[in-house]
Amino acid sequence: MAHPARRRKHRGNRGRLMTTYAWTWVAIVGAGAAMWAIKAVGHRVPEHALDNPRLVRIAALVTVSLLTALAVLQTLTTGKDLEFDARVPALAVAAVLLWRKAPFIVVVAAAAGVAAGLRAHGWG
Amino acid sequence: MGTRVARLGARLTPARQQALSVSIATGAYALSFGALSVAAGLDLWQTSALSLLVFSGGSQFAFVGVIGAGGIPAVAAATSTFLGIRNGFYGVTLAPVLRPWHGWRSWWGTQVTIDESTAVAIAQPEHDADARREGFWWTGVGVYVLWNAITVVGAVLGQRVGDPTVWGLDAAAAAAFLGLVWPRLADRRALAVALLASGIALALTPVAPAGVPIMVAAVVAVAAGWPTPRAGASTAATGGAS
Repeated sequence: MAHPARRRKHRGNRGRLMTTYAWTWVAIVGAGAAMWAIKAVGHRVPEHALDNPRLVRIAALVTVSLLTALAVLQTLTTGKDLEFDARVPALAVAAVLLWRKAPFIVVVAAAAGVAAGLRAHGWG
Repeated sequence: MGTRVARLGARLTPARQQALSVSIATGAYALSFGALSVAAGLDLWQTSALSLLVFSGGSQFAFVGVIGAGGIPAVAAATSTFLGIRNGFYGVTLAPVLRPWHGWRSWWGTQVTIDESTAVAIAQPEHDADARREGFWWTGVGVYVLWNAITVVGAVLGQRVGDPTVWGLDAAAAAAFLGLVWPRLADRRALAVALLASGIALALTPVAPAGVPIMVAAVVAVAAGWPTPRAGASTAATGGAS
């Protein structure tokens, strides 16, 4: 074992309260730990529960619904506002390409291209 | 050079191709995050720590948004956490293909359980566990590496970085999610539930606090999945979505 590190005490003249900077660090580490715990919850489902058809069905529906809702919200909202801008035609083109079974990378690139092109021409 | 690229493309499985394109499109957004975070008053180390530790885009933007608006750090952490609750659902879907789940793999895999890695995993055929596993790991690690590297670039360049919407990257990200769930939406029941959940989330967005609409979408899906399909009858009353 190494020697315990010497610790300096920063209790000097700066007052007793932690600074906002220090609290921000606490919040960052806390938010990271909380997020890790959230992510861990689903992975800790007991093995026998995975044989439960209801749980399997719900997990699949929740995942598909969450990801679809993310795509819809990313297309139609900015913050709390509903917006109809260049993203909408871009996603319409993407949907047509998906329906025509275009490769994934083509779909993504076309959506970016349509949105960028429309914006370059001053729309949306 | 060209042939080498072509050979590389041929060697990449569909899961890896999707993982790479998603990683690049998502990673590019870290440029905005890094710049916004510094503008909100966080320093480079704090900005990087958020990307390394929290690693969930929406939550990170919310965290620096609260700080930038003059909110206290505790509120920033709470908002970030609330917005991240959806990540808790993904492990259940991923568990059958990721287990056994021990040691460093479980620690690391937990950290990269995000929208994108889940989406690429479930985009692979249902019975191809290898492809699903590959999609999860390639996307999770790919996004993690690029997201963190590009966060630093954004934080250092600050306001000089351009707006990613000029390149249509916001539309690309939405199109990527749509493309990844597309195979699952071939199932009519899944399509109906996903559309209902999305519609309700959209309608709630202007009126509900941030993060609530997406949670309601999850609740709608739980309610819709509760009753056993085509069973005798009569348990449905508790779970009706209407």
